Formats: sequence, C-alpha cells, structure tokens
Amino acid sequence: MACGFTVWPMQLMTWPQLVLGRPLRRAGHRTALVAAGLPLHLAVVPLWLWLLGAMAALTHAPGAAAVTPLPVLLTLVVTPLLTVGQRRRYRALVGKDLPRPAAPGPGGNWKTAVRRLTGRALWRQVCYHAVAGPLLAVLDLAVLAVWAAALVAASIYVWIWALPPQWRVTDLGYSTQAAYLTAGGLALLFLGPRLTGALVRLETRAAEVLLGPSRTEKLARRVADLAESRAGVLDAADAERRRIERDLHDGAQQHLVSLAVNLGLARATLGDLPADARKVIDEAHRQAKEAIAELNNLVRGLHPAVLEDRGLDAALSGVAARLPIPVRVAVDLPQRPSPTVEAVAYFVVSEALTNVVKHAQATRADVTVERIGETLLVVVADDGAGGADLDAAGGTGLAGLAKRVASVDGTLSCRSPAGGPTVITVELPCAP
Amino acid sequence: MRAVIAEDSLLLRIGVVKVLEAAGFEMCAQVADAEGLLAAVEEHRPDIAVVDVRMPPGFTDEGVRAALVIRRQYPRTAVLLLSQYVEERYAADLLAAHTSGVGYLLKERVADVEEFAEAVRRVAAGGTALDPQVVAQLLIRRHSDPLDRLTPREREVLELMAGGRSNSGVATELVISESAVAKHINSIFTKLDLPKADADHRRVLAVLRFLGIATA
Repeated sequence: MACGFTVWPMQLMTWPQLVLGRPLRRAGHRTALVAAGLPLHLAVVPLWLWLLGAMAALTHAPGAAAVTPLPVLLTLVVTPLLTVGQRRRYRALVGKDLPRPAAPGPGGNWKTAVRRLTGRALWRQVCYHAVAGPLLAVLDLAVLAVWAAALVAASIYVWIWALPPQWRVTDLGYSTQAAYLTAGGLALLFLGPRLTGALVRLETRAAEVLLGPSRTEKLARRVADLAESRAGVLDAADAERRRIERDLHDGAQQHLVSLAVNLGLARATLGDLPADARKVIDEAHRQAKEAIAELNNLVRGLHPAVLEDRGLDAALSGVAARLPIPVRVAVDLPQRPSPTVEAVAYFVVSEALTNVVKHAQATRADVTVERIGETLLVVVADDGAGGADLDAAGGTGLAGLAKRVASVDGTLSCRSPAGGPTVITVELPCAP
Repeated sequence: MRAVIAEDSLLLRIGVVKVLEAAGFEMCAQVADAEGLLAAVEEHRPDIAVVDVRMPPGFTDEGVRAALVIRRQYPRTAVLLLSQYVEERYAADLLAAHTSGVGYLLKERVADVEEFAEAVRRVAAGGTALDPQVVAQLLIRRHSDPLDRLTPREREVLELMAGGRSNSGVATELVISESAVAKHINSIFTKLDLPKADADHRRVLAVLRFLGIATA
C-alpha cells in the first residue's frame, strides 16, 4: 500500500512488525472477541440446568411444577440484557454494529410488552442465547484451547530452559520430541488465526441472523427504502423538467418571439423590397413562427407550466384543444393530487390522445379523470378502429405509458377489440 | 389611438411596442407590473391597455385582476390580455364581466404583426378578440350542449364570431358570401333559442352561450 511506504521512516517499523503486525493485531482482536463471548454464551446454561433439574424432579414430586416456569421467565428477563452485551462485544472488539430488528411499534408499556412477547424478535434472541450460544461456547473453548496448545508447544524450548531440572518431563529428547512439538506448535500458530477467523465469521453470522432483523423485516425495510429513493428520483426528475421548462420559457422562447416580431415588422413595413428579399423575409418569419410552435410543443412535453400552475383540468383541456378531433375532457377532482401523480396522469392522457389521433382513425375521444377513494382513475376512450396492443413488439407508445404508470405503482389496462372502441384505463394511487 | 403596455419580459415588451407603433398607436407608457399599469392608466387614460396575465410579484393572475379594475374604473380604456398559455378561466372572468373592449390572446400571436395590430385596434374600438385556442378550449369544457344542434359550418361561424370577427370578417375567413354568413347567423340564433332583440345583443348572447359563460 502506498501509505505504508510514506509512513515508513516516521514509524521506524522493523520488517517483522510490518509483515506480522496487522495480522497479529487482527488475530488478537478476534481471539479477544471469542474469549469475551464465552461468559455471555454460557450465561443461560445454569438456567437450562435448573429447568432440566426441575423437570426431572416433577416425576417424583409434582409440587415442583410451581418452580418450572421460573427459569423460563428468568431467561426472558435476561435475554434483552444479554443481547445488549453481545452488541457491545461486537462493537468494542470488531467495530461492527449488528443490525437491529424493527421496533415493536408505538403504544403504552403494556402494549409494547405484549408485542415484544408475541413478536418473533424476542424468541429468535432466546434461541440465540439458549441454543446457539452454548454450541458456540463449545467452539470458542476449542479455539482457545488450540491457541493455548499452540503457544505452549511452539515455545517448548523456553519451557525446557526456564523450568528447574527436577520439574522437567524426564525423557524429553531435546532434538526429537521437542522439535516435533515446536513444529506442531508453529503449525497450530499458523492455523490459529484461520480457525479464529472462521469462528468469528460463524459467530457474526449467527448473531446477525438471530439478533438482527429477520429476512421479512429486512425485505420490508429494503422495500421501504427503495420506495423512498424511487419517489425521490421521480421528484427530482420532475423538478428538473420544470426547471428546463422555465429556462426555455424565460430564454429561448422570448428571443424567438422577439425575432418573429422583428421579421413580421420587416415584412409589414418594408414595402419597397425586391421580390426576392421579401420572399426570404417571409420564409424567415414563417420559420421563426414554426420554431416557436415547436418549442411550445417541446415545453408542453417536458412539464407544461399550466400543469404546475392550474392543475390537470386546465392542462388537459389545453391538450385536447390542440387535437384535430373533438375531445371531451371531464376532470372531477376535489383537490389536487401530488405533482408527481399529476405529471404522470398528464403524460398518459396526452400520449394516449396523440396515439388516438395517429393510429385509431377515431372521430372523437373522451377523457375522464376522477378520484375514487385513494385512487386517481383516468379513462381515455375513443371510437376508432381498435386493435391497440399493450404488448406490441417495439411499441414504445402504450408499453412506455405502462412503465411510466408503474413508476408510481399505478396500473394501466387497455381494452381494444378489433373494430373498436378503445378504452385505456389507468389507476394511480394517491394519498388522501 | 393611445396605448399602454404592461409586460415584465423586456424582449416581448419591446416587440409589442414596435408592432403597435408601426400600426400607428401612440405608446403613452411601458410598465412591468400591475401597480405601474394602474398608475399609467390613471395618468394617461389610454384607449387600450395591453396586459400580460402573469406579472410580478406573484406571477399568477395580476394582469387579469388589473384588467377587471381598469374595465370597471375606466370604461373608456379597453384591455387586451396576453398570456403564455391558454387559461380559459381568466378569459371567462373577463368576458363574464365585460363583453366589449376586451381581448385575450396568446403571446405568440404578436409575431403575426398585422393580425395582432388588427386585434388591438378592434378591441380598442370596443370589440373583442379571443384567441382561437381559447375558443377551442372553452368549447371542449362545455358539457350540456344545445350547440350539438348546430351544423359544423354554423359552429365555424360561431367560433369566428366568438373571436370577435364581424360578418364581413367571417365571410373572408370562410371564403363565403356575407349573405351566407347572415343566413348562418340567423340559423344559429334560432337554434340557440335566443330572444328576438337587436342584432348586436343577440350576437353577444350567442357568443356567451357558445363559450358556456352565460346560461340564459
């Protein structure tokens, strides 16, 4: 690592420190995590033994039945404490915060207590402390034993040198068994961090699964997060469209109108121009007006100002008025839906009407927008030839509309038998 | 004729001023908000005020409200509203209160300088000028419809009348004779059950009914 080289002269590390320092520190942390786990993992065992004893006593002394619920109750009482302890252990030793299960929800003490008791989170915790904990403790002990054996065996020569002669194991050959023991100890030292690492991974996994949120909770949280971020993205896109609309309106549109006015004035006032020049000015004037019309269309496609200012009724009437066939628009909304839903409804109707004009050979169309409960119902009907297909290959029209509708969790259905009529129904959820 | 203009977009204001000056109007004042407009009208008593619908500070309907004040307090000053997009409620507000000396056009119409100047002149002289888009849009929102009894041709005639055209203007636009226009108009009056009164009054009533503003 580059930073390792830059700090080299400052820290004056020796090469064994550099090579072994980090792995050793990590192994140390992990071993400490394992060791700290032992008392926590074993805390419930006496309660189990008590329960087993009480149950065994039941066979010859039925009066003991009164005692049996006690260990269970005690387990329930210590479970949250042990969970807190386990969370601290992970945070202190490996700097990891275990994900928390969902809160039991609002309510008084009594309600919360009932929810806790009936909820799954508590019983998964009990399962962790009472079943997984003791099993993990066995593995913890095994790994700690491996470390102890490794340290003792690897340093056998030190023991031989340090121990007074009368305490020594008598026929321990300096060159043979001691050498084997040293080699075995070194091998265990090599294995130790790996075993510890595997155990820590196993422990972490068990803690995450049983102390953290369940899969359902995780998915629910994920769905909520995704819904929120999607709404944010949609809102940002809408805001961006509005910004572009305003910029175009304040800039390019005004300039184009001014240009067209000047050309129009030139055409009207310069009476003595040669025919060619007049033709050029006429053409330029016409093009400027076309550019204004095109820019207006573009702006309407982005996010028309009228939609933001006056809502769906005014915006859709505007769309309908520009179409070559008669369109009836009936919008019945007691209050305005959210800007995002409004924008989707606007684009759906405006695209659907464009399709009607392009493909349906219709003589008229009807648009109704109303609110039923928490649903905005949009219906676009025409008396054309029918045969519109939602799944048509390459059909960006209806399929694109369906996607746009789905982006706010709405549904789009299309009934269009051959020969017509075509009815497109869109339901958009909107909060009350 | 004398005119004032209230428009907050400088470019468009200059454009309108040029068009009106070229058309022979005397520009008394150019302002950028409703307050300035009312002061200018008070001071100059112009024949017409050309007013942007959305102006500072609120950028909503300042122009419409100022127009209603002007038409009430200074009956001899006509008002032509200019709007970025069609907001037929504003047009309806204006027309419900006053049926002469008012107009409502989209800003882009200024580019058609001759037609625009003609519309300003017509409104200043006490007539009306409604943007074809406004007319089309008002038509869409009408629900119950004695108008369904009209033939397509009669509807066209009525639309043009609503836009403020005279009989000869309608005749030119549809390329028919003036007597044919008169025949259509009589048929419209009959079909809309309009009382026999003087021709101008019936004409206004027909247009109002067409626009869905008057219910009588």
